Amino acid sequence: MAEIFEKLQLYFSYPFVRYALIVGLLIALCSSLLGVTLVLKRFSFIGDGLSHVAFGAMAVAVVVGLTNTMIIIVPVTVIAAILLLRTGQNTKIKGDAAVAMISVGALAVGYLLINLFSKSANIAGDVCSTLFGSTSILTLKEQDVWLCIGISVLVIAVFIFFYHKIFSVTFDENFAKATGTNANVYNLLIAVVIALIIVLAMNLVGSLLISALVIFPALSAMRIFKSYFAVTVYSAVLSVCCALIGILVSILAGTPVGATIVSVDIAAFIISGITGSICGGARR
Amino acid sequence: MPEQIICKNLTLGYEGNAVAENLNFTVSSGDYLCILGENGSGKSTLIKALLGLKPQISGNIEWGDGCKANEIGYLPQQTVVQKDFPASVREIVRSGCLAKCGLRPFYNKEEKELAESTMQQLGIDGLARRCYRELSGGQQQRVLLARALCATRKILLLDEPVTGLDPKAQTDLYELIAKLNSNGITIIMVSHDIAAAVRYSSHVLHIGSKKQLFFGKSSDYIKSRVGQTFIKSEEVEGDG
Ligand SMILES: Nc1ncnc2c1ncn2[C@@H]1O[C@H](COP(=O)(O)OP(=O)(O)OP(=O)(O)O)[C@@H](O)[C@H]1O
Ligand SMILES: [Mg+2]
Repeated sequence: MAEIFEKLQLYFSYPFVRYALIVGLLIALCSSLLGVTLVLKRFSFIGDGLSHVAFGAMAVAVVVGLTNTMIIIVPVTVIAAILLLRTGQNTKIKGDAAVAMISVGALAVGYLLINLFSKSANIAGDVCSTLFGSTSILTLKEQDVWLCIGISVLVIAVFIFFYHKIFSVTFDENFAKATGTNANVYNLLIAVVIALIIVLAMNLVGSLLISALVIFPALSAMRIFKSYFAVTVYSAVLSVCCALIGILVSILAGTPVGATIVSVDIAAFIISGITGSICGGARR
Repeated sequence: MPEQIICKNLTLGYEGNAVAENLNFTVSSGDYLCILGENGSGKSTLIKALLGLKPQISGNIEWGDGCKANEIGYLPQQTVVQKDFPASVREIVRSGCLAKCGLRPFYNKEEKELAESTMQQLGIDGLARRCYRELSGGQQQRVLLARALCATRKILLLDEPVTGLDPKAQTDLYELIAKLNSNGITIIMVSHDIAAAVRYSSHVLHIGSKKQLFFGKSSDYIKSRVGQTFIKSEEVEGDG
């Protein structure tokens, strides 16, 4: 035991480990808060979809000849996310189809552009890094951490302040509209917040991890709990715990961080599923 | 009786194609209006227009008697509500109070009490902690009715509220709605159940293909030719 603590102490004396822990936990918390809404609106795969959009945007940036590709990538992905999410339940193309459409489209166009115009030698590397998350969670800088803290505080504040409105608008948009709630404004607000956190997380921890962080805690909580409040609280707690365990294990065992967190989330999902079916069975 | 809704030459439709043309009717406070018509005649479209969810092509809807367009309770036709949404009955009923909150982030004591008393009134207080998606169709309708009642005490718009319920549950729901009406709430209900419609309602609006066939008192409707033929055709269908 003492050995483990010593090892952890050693690692936490490095700032990049501390940064990884802070950012990992904050992103786990924020994405789980929004996860329930995303899963119910059929947007589980939005993280992957947006990473393809980021790739398309990068292709355009490379072709135009920009050195700082982020100037194009970030706004384009945020706008794509808002356009996808802004539409409520009255759309003709539903969430999953819209995500699939935009992600496949961006991927194809991006690849085509690069193939036609680019002379850069390191194309393969660029492609890989935009698709699977350019930065690892272990290479964060101090300014990344502050940006992440700022956006997380904003997301949590918006979520708490508009909690009941978000519930009502996702549960039954037409009723909310009919009784005088401005559903369009709240849909847009939810879209902006989700877009911000997903694009941020995509750049900090990679798109693989963000998809897992959106889906697993929400689905685990929905296996056990029956009210929106309980589901929200449980998925937030579960997500933070899983991220913490995942980060610590990856430090101690030397495994890749993102994949370890996802594995812990999978384990939690299985345990929740079993608990849910036992409790549900006992009640009947 | 003060008039709450006045519709004049109202034409409704989608993408410029008229579905129902020239609707003229008035609803006064305390009325029980039943909207009849075949599938696709535009009943749900009319409800959406009254709720302000869908703009009309021409004509206008006037609101009187201190009613604003968003002061109406609404029970949708099919529950478009996501099937796997985790929500307890209490959370859903309370969400009816949302418009009263304005920008305040949480419900206050009065709103919570309103939700509790409405649940008692509809006999679903025992279900408060249950999950909505695990309830029976009739129980779900009561939950949505309670939510609508939290939103308003003036007008309720119900789009085929009894569809899919067993005969006993249907009668229960009709009685419940009649009781609410006798307490002074204006009811506007879409229905295919003509027998119940003429029994409970005070007024009937019958929409045919593209035009209004009848509007007036229920007692006059039974005597009218439209009413007679419609009632007969329904009876034949019922027998066969
Ligand atoms: N979203 C839409 N876009 C285009 N046309 C529509 C749309 N919704 C309904 N319609 C058309 O408008 C007409 C009226 O539809 P509406 O839903 O109002 O009928 P209804 O009287 O409520 O029928 P039912 O008894 O089946 O509920 C139908 O012909 C339908 O095809
Ligand atoms: Mg209808």
